[in-house]
Amino acid sequence: MIEQIVFYCFAAMLIFSAGMVVSMRNPVVSVLFLVLSFFSCAAIWLLLQAEFLAIVLILVYVGAVMVLFLFVVMMLDINMTVLREGFVKFLPVGIGVAVLMLISMGLIVGSSQFDIAAVASVAQHDPGYSNTKELGLALYTNYLYPFEIAGIILLVAIIAAISLTMRKPRTHKTPKPEKQVSVKRKDRVRLVKMKAEKE
Amino acid sequence: MLVLSDFLILAAILFCISVAGIFINRKNVIILLMCIELMLLSVNLNFVAFSHFLGDIGGQVFVFFILTVAAAEAAIGLAILVVLFRNRNTINVADLNSMKG
Repeated sequence: MIEQIVFYCFAAMLIFSAGMVVSMRNPVVSVLFLVLSFFSCAAIWLLLQAEFLAIVLILVYVGAVMVLFLFVVMMLDINMTVLREGFVKFLPVGIGVAVLMLISMGLIVGSSQFDIAAVASVAQHDPGYSNTKELGLALYTNYLYPFEIAGIILLVAIIAAISLTMRKPRTHKTPKPEKQVSVKRKDRVRLVKMKAEKE
Repeated sequence: MLVLSDFLILAAILFCISVAGIFINRKNVIILLMCIELMLLSVNLNFVAFSHFLGDIGGQVFVFFILTVAAAEAAIGLAILVVLFRNRNTINVADLNSMKG
């Protein structure tokens, strides 16, 4: 019973904050509502006994990716009035497509085939059960190669992000030794022969 | 008693909200990226729900990988956005037509 109350509270919070993300005028407010929706989704994952992923979602995703979003949104100086054009024009289309998709998806996932409750053996873990340990065991044995590929993807992302945003270094006014040693006297000194001038 | 379809319907609602968001915020690249994040979140919710109800840890491993790829995608997308804004001084999707695609 308490599970249901928690689920419906956080589901309502998730849907409300997702709606606010897509409909807010100010992108900073949108990002903050996105953070709220990640938090409520993490709570639902805790309800589903995926503790490690819930903590990872909050620590890594909210702590790093969403803060990156917030930085970029605040750094860019955006003229929102231009970007809001067509909001009302496309509102009926967007809602129509969403409702259509929701009906078709709801007919499938709401059917009695997906009406299963938790497997009894899964629902009751023994007290020493650790979700993190289970996940680690799967990750480092069966999914070892995908895990390494994920690491490489992160490396590629680091390199790409740095090389995209790095500006060319400023040209400093430093002496260039290789040119200094190769300089000849005639390059720099010019002897001019002229008559003496009288005042 | 909560059943699997409760979570699946919640994920479907979340997915549809983000699709609607892509439709109505066609001009703003930042909101589009946020809608993609929401879509990935709904898919992750599906994976976690199936993993719990079928008693298989593999679903959670997949969520782990999806989070990794989504973080990489967000980092590169935002880097592209910053470079774009620096060069063109706009993030309006309608103005980004220099590739004539």
